[in-house]
Amino acid sequence: MRVALFITCVNDTLYPETGRAVVRLLTRLGVDVDHPLGQTCCGQAHYNTGYRHQAEPLARHFADVFGAYDAIVTPSGSCAAMVRELYPRMGERARAEGRGDTLARTLAPVVPKTYELTEFLVDVLGVTDVGAYYPHTVTYHPTCHGLRGLGLGDRPRRLLEAVGGLELTELPGAEECCGFGGTFAVKNADVSAAMGTDKVMNAASTGASVLCAADNSCLMHISGTMTRLGVGMRPVHIAEILASTREEPSA
Amino acid sequence: MSGTFVGMPAFPKAAHDAVHNATLRANLRHATTTIRRKRADAVAELSDWAALREAGKQIKDHTLRNLDRYLEQLESAVTAAGGTVHWAADADEANRIVTGLVKATGEKEVVKVKSMATQEIGLNEALEAAGIRAYETDLAELIVQLGDDRPSHILVPAIHRNRGEIRDIFRSEMMRWGRPAPDGLTDTPAELAEAARLHLREKFLRAKVGVSGANFMVAETGTLVVVESEGNGRMCLTLPETLISVVGIEKTVPTWRDMEVFLQTLPRSSTAERMNPYTSMWTGTTDGDGPRAFHLVLLDNGRTDTLADAVGRQALRCIRCSACLNVCPVYERAGGHAYGSVYPGPIGAILSPQLRGTGSDIDASLPYASTLCGACYEVCPVAIDIPEVLVHLRERVAQGGPVTRAGTKVVLKPARGHAAERAAMRAARWALTHPGAVRAGQRLAARTRRFHPSRLPGPGKAWTATRELPTVPRESFGAWWKRTDGGTRDGKGGSR
Ligand code: SF4
Repeated sequence: MRVALFITCVNDTLYPETGRAVVRLLTRLGVDVDHPLGQTCCGQAHYNTGYRHQAEPLARHFADVFGAYDAIVTPSGSCAAMVRELYPRMGERARAEGRGDTLARTLAPVVPKTYELTEFLVDVLGVTDVGAYYPHTVTYHPTCHGLRGLGLGDRPRRLLEAVGGLELTELPGAEECCGFGGTFAVKNADVSAAMGTDKVMNAASTGASVLCAADNSCLMHISGTMTRLGVGMRPVHIAEILASTREEPSA
Repeated sequence: MSGTFVGMPAFPKAAHDAVHNATLRANLRHATTTIRRKRADAVAELSDWAALREAGKQIKDHTLRNLDRYLEQLESAVTAAGGTVHWAADADEANRIVTGLVKATGEKEVVKVKSMATQEIGLNEALEAAGIRAYETDLAELIVQLGDDRPSHILVPAIHRNRGEIRDIFRSEMMRWGRPAPDGLTDTPAELAEAARLHLREKFLRAKVGVSGANFMVAETGTLVVVESEGNGRMCLTLPETLISVVGIEKTVPTWRDMEVFLQTLPRSSTAERMNPYTSMWTGTTDGDGPRAFHLVLLDNGRTDTLADAVGRQALRCIRCSACLNVCPVYERAGGHAYGSVYPGPIGAILSPQLRGTGSDIDASLPYASTLCGACYEVCPVAIDIPEVLVHLRERVAQGGPVTRAGTKVVLKPARGHAAERAAMRAARWALTHPGAVRAGQRLAARTRRFHPSRLPGPGKAWTATRELPTVPRESFGAWWKRTDGGTRDGKGGSR
């Protein structure tokens, strides 16, 4: 199976350690991964801000880069949801606008093959115990696009529960949005900050030392809020926890 | 001032004040979290909820697709049952019709059952201008009216008020509208309810004209349906001699059988009740029982235009249950007034910019009043994909495009104030389809990382006002992958 990593523009530029953790994890599980270097961005920010026409070339570029692989794995629920949910919609809209089937046909091959990391682990590889060791108290925030967009369900929790040394604590109001929402964080900064503060306070109330999520965009907002509020928790991407072992612990 | 929303500030500005109002936030948080939990329980009781939701969606879609036919059927049925049907293209026409009908009775006051359609068109103000006083009789609407306020929730229009505030309003305002509040009124719910009951009873017994909306209109028999909790609506519907109902055309359902679905999904979604306490149904007029004259004003006011939009028309499926408001994290912090409309929350964010167009600041900002978290879509009993419509309307605001206004296709220009964003999106799109440019930018950012400020000017200021920025790493993932050949030449990063 030819598996390509889609590391997302945010991970690539700001959180490279997440990408390295995915490589370490999947390699340990015997998956031969490739990272096609032509990849850039799925177009989610453009699409969700109302620039569908600007998102189309990005989607086409994505399909060009990844089309030939058997599976595309990404450590981001929202980017996976973009490809799986919204690429078909983009194709339909192009057709409705009388631009024919070209876009739909170009994008179709990557849609069913794109997986969020925890989905790939549980559904495709069939593992929940990835042999990880992470001796910390962790609370898990299920991000909106992972939870409601992709329907990840309890997959991330099952993976976390199987991690050696890890103690999972319940996050109050877990299913509530953290307030990031892409450009929402800037366009509606007051509401975004209020939501972020509530999320951080709920996380702090669990007594966990680590807040974990499967999307660095949300973590960026949560982490920035934590630092500003002086809450001493560590925001960590789930890939880094799953990659961590006794021999090679994640920081 | 109540009911009219002219010159509303754009959403972020209006929300700013709400976010910093501690009382308002506490009131809202308490009310929405309670109802949210109860609704989830009420829905979980039904094993066939998913099927009911799908059925509701199908019924509404089918009706909307054939609305012309069903409206004609409704009109003949209402007429045959002794009612009179009036068609109103917009708010002005609807107000003119209702004002004329009230004047013809010679009356100077009307009692009203809670109606969002009449709020939407500003009927109370229009009646007042014609020298007619309209009395709201729904408890929450009464509070809003006495407080010279605007509704902030679909179902609980006074959700932004707490008991203390309500007592103060009753004490100081009831006398100006009729029977004053009892002496020594406290803020216990029973006393407040009793004060309202006494005040309203006077109105019910005197009123000759009632004005209502309706939750549903059954086309096959011309029956109107009002679903409520207090019974005040039933008083307005049965006691007056003349009843005037103002209803949006999208409230039509084809048959009585369809009510089977909505009478299950509506109460559970809205008040978390298995069945609402009062369901009133009336068909035209009946000798010796109820109003002598019945008028139905069918309101368009932007609905046909909305119907013309293939993506946006699903908003017309809405049965106004308010479940989407109660789960919306943005509504919970911003409050209903920030939405600048009688339809607040997620549904308001997609309905108002369609009914009114995206010309004003508030309407152009509403599609952005969401993180697209999807909670609204998940609870909606008629499966309106609110996030999908939000993004669709963002596109309309940011890029312009074809819309139908007043029955004519026009091509909108992008809204003001989006030029910089558009340029940035274009530039980002260019860079992102040219991986080399991205790499160069990342290298530059990494090299200058020590000089990055922690507080940004311009649009970035909104981020750094409350949050730290992440620090840019020394090396991007792509650069690492290339340098180490996918981790094979780097003992630390990977172990292949
Ligand atoms: S959009 Fe759906 S959830 Fe919101 S009020 Fe309408 S029917 Fe209820």
